[in-house]
Amino acid sequence: MDVALLPVVNLALALIVSGIVVTLVGFNPLQVLTLLVKGALGSQAGISYTLYYATTFICTGLAVAVAFHGGLFNIGGEGQAVMGGLGAGLAALAWSAQLPAWLMLPIMVLAAALFGGVWGAVPGALQAWRGSHTVITTIMFNFIAAALLSYLLVSGLKEPGNMTPESRAFAPSAHMPGMHEALAAFGIAWPRTPLNLTLLLALGAALLCYLGLWKSQPGYALRAVGFAPDAALYAGMQPKTLMVVSMAASGALAGLVGVNEIAGVHGRLLPDFVAGAGFAGIAVSLIGRNHPVGIVLASLLFGVLYQGGSELAFEINGFSRDMVFMLQGLIVLFAGAMAQVAAPLLFKAWRAAGGGRARG
Amino acid sequence: MGSTAALAVDMRQIAKRFGAVHANRDVNLRVAAGTVHGIVGENGAGKSTLMSILYGFYQADSGDIAIEGAPARITGSSVAIALGIGMVHQHFMLVDTLSALDNVMLGAEPGWRLQAARAQVRAQLDVLMRDTGLQVNLDALVSALPVGERQRLEILKALYRGARILILDEPTAVLTPQETEALFDTLRGLRARGTTILLITHKLKEIMALCDAVTVMRQGAVVLDCVIKDTSIDGLAEAMVGRHVNLGRVLADSGKAAQPGAVLLQASGLHWTDTLGVARLRDVSLTLRAGEIVGVAGVSGNGQSELLDVLSGLMAPTQGALQVGDTAYTPAHWMSTRVARQRRIAHVPEDRHRRGLVLPFAAWESAVLGYQSLKRYSRGFWQGRWMRQQVMRDDTATMMERYDVRPRNPELRSSKFSGGNQQKLVLAREALHEPQVLLVGQPTRGVDIGAIEFIHGRIRAMRDAGGAVLVVSSELDEILALADRVVVMNAGRITGELAIEQCTESALGRLMGGAH
Repeated sequence: MDVALLPVVNLALALIVSGIVVTLVGFNPLQVLTLLVKGALGSQAGISYTLYYATTFICTGLAVAVAFHGGLFNIGGEGQAVMGGLGAGLAALAWSAQLPAWLMLPIMVLAAALFGGVWGAVPGALQAWRGSHTVITTIMFNFIAAALLSYLLVSGLKEPGNMTPESRAFAPSAHMPGMHEALAAFGIAWPRTPLNLTLLLALGAALLCYLGLWKSQPGYALRAVGFAPDAALYAGMQPKTLMVVSMAASGALAGLVGVNEIAGVHGRLLPDFVAGAGFAGIAVSLIGRNHPVGIVLASLLFGVLYQGGSELAFEINGFSRDMVFMLQGLIVLFAGAMAQVAAPLLFKAWRAAGGGRARG
Repeated sequence: MGSTAALAVDMRQIAKRFGAVHANRDVNLRVAAGTVHGIVGENGAGKSTLMSILYGFYQADSGDIAIEGAPARITGSSVAIALGIGMVHQHFMLVDTLSALDNVMLGAEPGWRLQAARAQVRAQLDVLMRDTGLQVNLDALVSALPVGERQRLEILKALYRGARILILDEPTAVLTPQETEALFDTLRGLRARGTTILLITHKLKEIMALCDAVTVMRQGAVVLDCVIKDTSIDGLAEAMVGRHVNLGRVLADSGKAAQPGAVLLQASGLHWTDTLGVARLRDVSLTLRAGEIVGVAGVSGNGQSELLDVLSGLMAPTQGALQVGDTAYTPAHWMSTRVARQRRIAHVPEDRHRRGLVLPFAAWESAVLGYQSLKRYSRGFWQGRWMRQQVMRDDTATMMERYDVRPRNPELRSSKFSGGNQQKLVLAREALHEPQVLLVGQPTRGVDIGAIEFIHGRIRAMRDAGGAVLVVSSELDEILALADRVVVMNAGRITGELAIEQCTESALGRLMGGAH
C-alpha cells in the first residue's frame, strides 16, 4: 500500500497547500487547476508538449534512480545531460553531412550516452577509490560541464559571423524525427511540436532499467551494494567497480536528454538546453520511488506541470510561472523531503479500515 | 517478599505498546532494597522496554511506579538519576578521547572551573573507589582502558551520580570468566553496602550465581517471579521459552566422540596487520578436519573476526599460507570469497544484519546472496547473467522448509524475520550447497533459546555428515556445547588448544586472558 497510496496522498497534500497559496494571492484555485490540466492535456498540442517534457524527465529521473540503487546520490544529471548534448552535437557536426540518418542517429545516441556516462563515471571512480563524495563531485561536475560547453561554443564551434554562441545547424540526417513526422508516416495527423521519437528511446531505457535492476545479476549485485556494501563484499561482488558502473549508467541515461534536445529539437549545439531538468530528475525519481514505472508516471506529472504552467502564465493575467515553480517545490517537499510524514497517519487510518489484518 | 517499605522498585501493571507490538503487558516488578534481582527473557520479551521505562527513556501507557516507597513519575533519565537510579548500558556510553575522570564528570560538573572541579571529583571518587573496590585509573584515556576497567568506570559513574538502584544491561557480554567473577564480587560488595542491583542477562548461570530473586519475561509478560533458591537453570530456561529445552552437550548420534578424518583446510602462520599498523592476527595456525567441530573461544575483538575473514576469503593476510585440498594459497594470491564457495567453504558471518543478509531484500533474494551467479540460477544471453528467479524462490522455499524458517514466505523482506529466523535462513543458505568446510561466526548471537537448540542441532548434523566446522563464539557455553576441540585466542594469537575433555571454565578463562 505504501508504494501506491503514499505518493498520491503526498501529491494531494501539495495540491491543497498550493491551493491555499493561490487563494491568498487572489486567484481561484479551482480555476487555476482546471486551466493547468486543460493546458497540459486538453489538446493534442498540449499533450504533445507534456510528453516532450516528460521524455527529458524520464531520462534524468532514471539516472537518479540507477545511482540511488547503487547507494549513490547523483545530483549531476544536469552536467551529464550537458555532456550528452555535447557528445551528440559533436558527432553530428563531424559526420552528419556524410552519414545517412539510420546510421547518424544511433551514433548520436551512443555518443550522448558515452559522454554522459564518462561524466558520471569519473565522480563514481573518485568516490570508489578516493572517497570523494558524489554529492560534492557531481555538483561540481555540473559547473565544469556548463563551462566546457560554453568554452567550446565560443572558441571553436560557433558559426563564423554569428553573434550568438551556437554551432552551425546539423545536416538533416542528424534530426531525430518529430512525433508528427513519425505519425504522418502512418497517416495520422498530429500537430507539429518538439515531441520526437526520443520518447520511445526513453521508454525503452525505462524498460531496460527495470530488467537490468531486478532481473539481471549485475542489477542484483548493484542493489546489494547500495543496501549493504558489507554483504556485497561477503557475496563476492565488487562494490567499487559496481559503483563506477552504476554512475556510468546513470550518466548515460542523463546524457539521453541531449538526444531529446539537440537531435530532436534544436538541430544545433547551443548552451542552456538542459534548463534544470537534471535537478527535476531528483524530484521525479523521489516521487516515482526510484522505480522505472513510478518514474514514468512522475515524469508525466512533471510534464503536465511544466506544460500546464506555461499555459497558465499565458492565460491568466498576473499569474506568473513562479507560481508553478512553487507547486513543483511543494510537490518535492511533500513527496521527497517529507515523504514519510504522512505515512504513520495513513497507516493508522488504513489499519482502522481493516486493511491491516491480512498483512499487519 | 518483604513489605512495601522495603521495596526499592515497585512497578505495577506496566503496559506499553509500540504500534501493534505489545512490548509490556501488565508487568509487575517488585525489587527488594539491597538485593540483586535478575531479569531474564529472550530477545523481544520486553525486558529492555521495562528497564527503559524505569530509566525514563519511555513512558508507560499505563501503570504505576514507586521508587523506595514513594510514587514516581519518571519522565526522563534526568528524573531517574535524581531518584537514585543508574544504568550501565551494554554498549558503554563513554567518550573515548576523554580521561576516565572527565568521563565521570561529564554532565555532572560541580562548577564551571574545570581544574577545581576535577580536584573535587577526584577526591570524591577516591573515597568511592576505596569503599567499593571499583579501581579505575582516573587519568588514563578511556580508549586506553581495558574493557573490564571501562565497565568499572561506568558503574563508578552511576554511583558518583548517587545511584542507589543500579541497572546493568548484559554486563558480562564482553568479559572473560575471570573478569566476570571479579565483577560479581564487586556487585556483591555493593549489595552489602545496600545498593539494589537489577541485572539483565540471558546467561542463566549468572542469575543462579549472583541473584537473590529473578523475574522471567516472555512475550511482554512476567511468566515467573521467584526467589533464586526456588528455581534452577532448567526451570528458568523452560519459563523463558515455554517448553523444555536442551542446551547442553549432545553427543554424536553414535554416542561416541567425533572421529576426525582427512584434513580439509590448513592455515599456517597467519599474520594480519590493519591499516593503522596494529597486528590483529599473529602467527595463527589452524587445521580443520572432516567430522569435527573446532571452537574458537575468546573475548570479542581478539582476532576471531579477522580469522574468519581471512579463512573465508574476505581478506588476504599479510603473511601466512592456506592449504585447501590440493591447492595452496599465498597472501599475494589469496582465495576470493567466490573461489572459497567454489571450493565448498561456506561462511555464516558474525554480523547477519550487515553481511549475512541484505535487509531490504526479499527473503529469496537474500537466500541466494553469494550464490547468485551459480549456473543453477543463471540463464540467457550476456553470459547467462539473467536470474532464474523461479529456481531461486523454489530453493528458498526448500531452505525454509528444512530449517523451519517462519513465516514460510520467500517474498517477505529479510528485515521482517526475527533474529533466530534470519540466522536459520543464512545457515540454510550455506548448508544448501553442501559445504565441506563451514565457518560460523557467533551462530546464535541475538537468537532466542528455542532457535539456539535448533541451530546447534544443525551444526552438529553437518559435522556428523563429514563436514569440518569452525565455530567462533564469544559465548563460552556455546563453545562447550558444540566443539570437539577448542582453540583460544587472545590479542590475535592462539594462546592454547584443548580437547573438549580438558576444557574447564577456569582453564579457558586463563587462556582467554592471555596466559599460556
